[in-house]
Amino acid sequence: MARAVTTQHKTIATAAAWIVALLIFFPILYTIITSFKSEQEAIQGFNLIPSGTTESYAEVQAQSGYFKFFLNSVILSVGSTLLAILIAVPAAWSMAFSPTKRTKDILMWMLSTKMMPAVAVLFPIYLIFRDSGLLDSRIGLTVMLMLINLPIVVWMLYTYFREIPGEILEAARMDGASLWNEIIYVLTPMAVPGIASTMLLNIILAWNEAFWTIRLTTTNAAPLTAFISSFSSPQGLFWAKLSAASTLAIAPILIMGWFSQKQLVRGLTFGAVK
Amino acid sequence: MKLRTLTLGLLSASALAFAAHAESITIATVNNGDMVRMQKLTDDFTKANPDIQLNWVTLEENVLRERVTTDIATKGGQYDVMTIGTYEVPIWAKQSWLLPLDKLGDDYDVKDIIPAIAGGLSVDGKLYAAPFYGESSFVMYRKDLMEKAGLKMPDAPTWDFIKQAADKMTDRANGVNGVCLRGKAGWGENMAFLTAMSNSFGARWFDENWKPQFDQPEWKKTLQFYVDLMKADGPEGASSNGFNENLALFQQGKCGMWIDATVAASFVSDPKASKVADKVGYALAPDNGLGKRGNWLWAWSLAIPAGTQKADAAEKFVSWATSKHYAELVAAKEGWANVPPGTRSSLYANAEYQKAAPFAKMTLDSINAADPTHPTVKAVPYVGVQFVAIPEFQGLGTTVGQLFSAALAGQSSVDDALKQAQDAATAAMTEGGYIK
Repeated sequence: MARAVTTQHKTIATAAAWIVALLIFFPILYTIITSFKSEQEAIQGFNLIPSGTTESYAEVQAQSGYFKFFLNSVILSVGSTLLAILIAVPAAWSMAFSPTKRTKDILMWMLSTKMMPAVAVLFPIYLIFRDSGLLDSRIGLTVMLMLINLPIVVWMLYTYFREIPGEILEAARMDGASLWNEIIYVLTPMAVPGIASTMLLNIILAWNEAFWTIRLTTTNAAPLTAFISSFSSPQGLFWAKLSAASTLAIAPILIMGWFSQKQLVRGLTFGAVK
Repeated sequence: MKLRTLTLGLLSASALAFAAHAESITIATVNNGDMVRMQKLTDDFTKANPDIQLNWVTLEENVLRERVTTDIATKGGQYDVMTIGTYEVPIWAKQSWLLPLDKLGDDYDVKDIIPAIAGGLSVDGKLYAAPFYGESSFVMYRKDLMEKAGLKMPDAPTWDFIKQAADKMTDRANGVNGVCLRGKAGWGENMAFLTAMSNSFGARWFDENWKPQFDQPEWKKTLQFYVDLMKADGPEGASSNGFNENLALFQQGKCGMWIDATVAASFVSDPKASKVADKVGYALAPDNGLGKRGNWLWAWSLAIPAGTQKADAAEKFVSWATSKHYAELVAAKEGWANVPPGTRSSLYANAEYQKAAPFAKMTLDSINAADPTHPTVKAVPYVGVQFVAIPEFQGLGTTVGQLFSAALAGQSSVDDALKQAQDAATAAMTEGGYIK
């Protein structure tokens, strides 16, 4: 009897999970469907079956070079992630293994910077970028993306590191490992799943970031978010073209997410159940 | 072999040296048909000016406005040419954010720019932006439905006639709405239409002392007429319809009349996109016999920010893109119907253009019927037909647009919407120091 209830529960839970997943994925699916419609079809109301035309893709490709934007997206998201990890690993290490009475406050303070609307600091940041010659530069934007995601990276790594018994590190120290060796050879290998999922999440966040990447770039450093933005038109139909541009922009990160989903889920739920 | 390598090397080196010498200018623009066409035709410019390279930044209209404002206010120097509208030009020119265009060349013929458009882009007699394309608004109507209703559209209709025709043309059973008008909230969406409409009802945003006027009977008449008309004869969900939504409705044969931008004429008369292409007639925007019509005036224009280091190259480009030569280039490559409209008188005198664009005369008459420096029946302290050229208008116009859109959707009454609009405008004007 008990077993029957469990099976029934399982079925309901699975169905519910599928419904939620479909609901979440539906906007993306509809974007992909719309990209295979003509502009007239796209605006004619809800319809799940497109005519299958690829004219929007051809127009999007002819109108602006996709590859340049794609390359910038890769450089910015990977670059900012590596930079963030480089800074966050030592920071999270010190907070996880040598906490002081102010550690919690520092962590909260770091997170609080994420709660401020980005537009509030648009002018100061813009002026700093202007005066340091960083406007429309990949270096400037990489640093910017690293900074805005750093609190999340530190927090995630801190949570993973806390799961690692401090005694192991102590043992390494007893064996004469230097601080550097302790982090590189003892801590990092144990935290690989956590670091990997943090990196994946950070790449996704940086790839999708659309406030600073549009506002601090013009042509040289503009990534795919700027590419999408250019297909919205004040006068004339643009839904199919915009959908084609969006599909092209999200495809790489979607594929990457698909292949790394196991790693991502394992990392995100690491330490959730103790 | 060695000689070949050497020659190739020398050639590449000289190409690199040349590229290094070339000056590149960055042009910020919006994504619409005429602008995209211009990007495709720039070979003509770069051939004549091999030392100037062009970089394009295309952005969504509101993002473009924000980006360009940030850059220009901080003198960031990211753009050398920017696409801006008639709303920004007078405000930015007064702030000394734009360079006056006084070196457009001997054969540019500034006097050929339609006076109403040039007036909206000039401050103290100096031109601060060159119009790339201009538009007014007018009535587009279905000739077949009008005939079926037993009516004949006059060249210059009144609002009463529009109401009468809309009532007769509405055929809900067949999905035909008598009239389609903008309802989507935004200073450039429903408020462009409603502000222009209010001019013909004798209303104004502010009196001579900047006191908001939404508590006056003229605004009540305007908004009541609009809401009643749309409830009786407008499409379902009109409060979320902007230009693009109404365009799609009209092209699918679901609107008897549509009062909107003159540039829409080329879309609704295009047989590839419109089911009713051969049935469209045009008339001036309606009036109430008070001396002002309900049509607006807008021009997407090219301006040069004061922060640029490449003013000469930028002005060369602006001159090329807005010249008579450019109109001829578009005509030769893509036909006269695709020449950017509404900027030069000579285009409207051209017999070939008149033949290709049956709406040409009505477009010109509509543009000439708008006067941005004297937009209203009663005197006002501001410039602008469908907007008020003050920095506060973007925010205030959108707030009022949301209130009026809610009234159209039936979420609030006309009286409530007007009262809240009056309060919002009074607060914004007090904060801005216009009134105490």
